Amino acid sequence: MSAANDNFTVAGRSYRSRLLVGTGKYKDLDETARAIEASGAEIVTVAVRRTNIGQNAGEPNILDVLPPEKYTILPNTAGCYDVDSAVRTCRLARELLDGHSLVKLEVLGDEKTLFPDVMATLEAAKVLVADGFDVMVYTNDDPIIAKQLEEIGCCAVMPLAAPIGSGLGIRNPLNIRTIVENASVPILVDAGVGTASDAAVAMELGCDGVLMNTAIAAARDPVLMASAMRKGIEAGREAYRAGRMQARRFASASSPIEGLFF
Amino acid sequence: MILGKSIRQRFDSDMQITVNGTPTEVPEGLHMARLIDQLDLGGKRVAVEVNAELVPRSLFDSHRLAAGDRVEIIQAVGGG
Repeated sequence: MSAANDNFTVAGRSYRSRLLVGTGKYKDLDETARAIEASGAEIVTVAVRRTNIGQNAGEPNILDVLPPEKYTILPNTAGCYDVDSAVRTCRLARELLDGHSLVKLEVLGDEKTLFPDVMATLEAAKVLVADGFDVMVYTNDDPIIAKQLEEIGCCAVMPLAAPIGSGLGIRNPLNIRTIVENASVPILVDAGVGTASDAAVAMELGCDGVLMNTAIAAARDPVLMASAMRKGIEAGREAYRAGRMQARRFASASSPIEGLFF
Repeated sequence: MILGKSIRQRFDSDMQITVNGTPTEVPEGLHMARLIDQLDLGGKRVAVEVNAELVPRSLFDSHRLAAGDRVEIIQAVGGG
């Protein structure tokens, strides 16, 4: 298999990049645009917030630097702690993007951990799927809930690797692997990645992609880290497809014993 | 915030609505399209809900606001 036929497909569209990136926490829109360019990402998340009325009338908008003609915009429901606000947010986002129905659903349960409220997440997912949305859903690393979200009709399930913005890496690789093995929709690690090796580990576990924001935006050099993440994702994906060697406790010489002359 | 002063004097028939959390005086029966224009948001990529219900752009011209309406005007911002 060549890299060319290893596309990532979600909601009927195919992408070369398996790295999805957020657009928050950057210094300015210029840095946002440069980091996203370096990441190679084709799907980018945005948040939905009140427009500033009466001030900053000429202020550039995030969609000016990330035109929906070039990127697949993935609006999120960040900041929503109940079903109703998440559903309202998605409906506004769909209107904002001229009917584009792909959304990232997250219904949070707690401000300290930003862990999902899985009961509310399941409920919101049902409402959104019935309303015609393509739902990529943030959830915890519970394989049972992940399967239920798939059965509801979510087009991708996105377990956290660690708390949002924590950079702690893949805390429960066994659960992530189990979720991947059970799934028949794309599984993406969403949240918790800290550096390029974390992204590679997620891909080596068989994830279809990784969604990250802070790991790039909060790096000392976000543009360079975006490039590193791109490579980490590609390396991890190729390693997964290549099939790693069996780990063993003791050594196995790489040079032949036969032909030694001493 | 008082909108519409440039086109007419304030009358007793002005009504109060809330726009993004701010109490706002507008002419009675104002259309959504006019509100968007007066806020300098014409042609901007925004979406609107009134009393927690989406108002599609295609209905801006016909949608009349009523006293006490809670209008939310949103846009995309950076986020993860």
